[in-house]
Amino acid sequence: MVAQSVDTSPYGGKPLNLRDSAAIFPMSAGPMSQPCLQAENLHLWRGDHHVLRGVGLTLSAGECLQVAGSNGAGKTSLLRTLTGLMYPEEGRVLWRGADIRRDLAGFHADLAYIGHEPPLKSDLTPRENLRYWVGVRRELSGTLVDQALERVGATNYRQRAVRTLSAGQKRRVALAGLLLMAAPLWLLDEPTTHLDAEGQRLLGVLIDEQTAGGGLVVAATHQALPVVRTLARRVELNAPDLSGAPP
Amino acid sequence: MSSSALEVSTRRGATSFFEVARLMLARDIRLALRKRGQLVQPLAFFAIVTTLFPLGISPELSRLREVAPGVLWVAALLSSLLALEFLFRDDAQDGTLEQHVLSGQSLTWMLFAKTAAHWVLTGVPLALMAPLAGMSLGVPASSIGGIILSVALGTVALSLIGSVGAALTLGVKRNGALLSLLTLPLSMPVLIFGARATELAIKGEGFAAPLYLLGAIAVLGITLAPLATAMAVRINME
Repeated sequence: MVAQSVDTSPYGGKPLNLRDSAAIFPMSAGPMSQPCLQAENLHLWRGDHHVLRGVGLTLSAGECLQVAGSNGAGKTSLLRTLTGLMYPEEGRVLWRGADIRRDLAGFHADLAYIGHEPPLKSDLTPRENLRYWVGVRRELSGTLVDQALERVGATNYRQRAVRTLSAGQKRRVALAGLLLMAAPLWLLDEPTTHLDAEGQRLLGVLIDEQTAGGGLVVAATHQALPVVRTLARRVELNAPDLSGAPP
Repeated sequence: MSSSALEVSTRRGATSFFEVARLMLARDIRLALRKRGQLVQPLAFFAIVTTLFPLGISPELSRLREVAPGVLWVAALLSSLLALEFLFRDDAQDGTLEQHVLSGQSLTWMLFAKTAAHWVLTGVPLALMAPLAGMSLGVPASSIGGIILSVALGTVALSLIGSVGAALTLGVKRNGALLSLLTLPLSMPVLIFGARATELAIKGEGFAAPLYLLGAIAVLGITLAPLATAMAVRINME
């Protein structure tokens, strides 16, 4: 099986390799300081597994990209490569036109990433978690934290230890963290997991607001993103070639 | 409140270095008080080892006083090692460490702050407990100041050396043995100079010279260890 990254809806039906996506979705005209995420020819190996095979993408201000694909297709690896946590064997990631490796800390200040599990300490309350998690990035008042928790419907359990919360409640607390970080780029791994219908609707609203404000969202999920106003592009990552044979 | 409204109100600026350290220290102290087991375990180990020695050697105070520096320091070293396993493990498991890397702050500084918090929670209690353990080994009251100083300074170096080992072994399951193997050889100078300073303090002689050497090791650790720790953590994040 050959790994292939294809871009389908909504900009045309024929499958296209993501390496060509820059030509199809050109960056919006404007200065390079505009938020813009590009990945060029990413090749990533994990042991014998060629996980990412020449993946490329371009995402401009106000755009949302949904990364779909079967289990093991490399969705999480792609997101982690985009964050700079993983080093691809080949290719590079550009943020505002510059290689992220040139100013990784600056790029990270613009980035909010939430992985499979919300990064919360089980012995702290949601409020305490957010005061620390977001507080190390930005100056933050307790009032803002409370407002964010209220926005995601987590006020009732803001003073309870996280270990007593359900998976969905923890996910809502993570959404509050996402709001508080106020980062132009969101990278979300399975953001709808554990969320009830109301939580998913809330996630859709938050993504809509993020893109409406000129922010960018990349979400890896099997399910359709619950967005209303945002036109989410969908990218399919097929399962990688597990044979270890060169592409 | 919309996300854009939040953006306006939180864009006042990034958190300062010292605020990051304060947040880290406050969080770790809070966590330690809620998970007392991790806080108490090294101290209990230290107390058990030092109080068992008189039973195993002799109740004669003059003999115990002779071995006291070695006993105190070996117990302090092993207790410190015991606490090191927890240094980054929980943060790595719950994704907090990943968020440190992605925070936009200097990872070196954040991990230094984390190590400093670890020292406050393990090194300082050990330094305060060492004179009490020393009493059971017949050390004179006049040596208490020297013992506290040497253990406090020595545990700074041990925490810093250990932070590198803990970061390097993050991806290894049941990493205790490997951590010991990496950390113990580097800790030998601390053990030697620490025990010497304690011995001189017990004898009532000047112990400044070994204390200076401990201080030099601690300064070297402060200078180099956080850099190495940050590099090791980044490698383990892959």
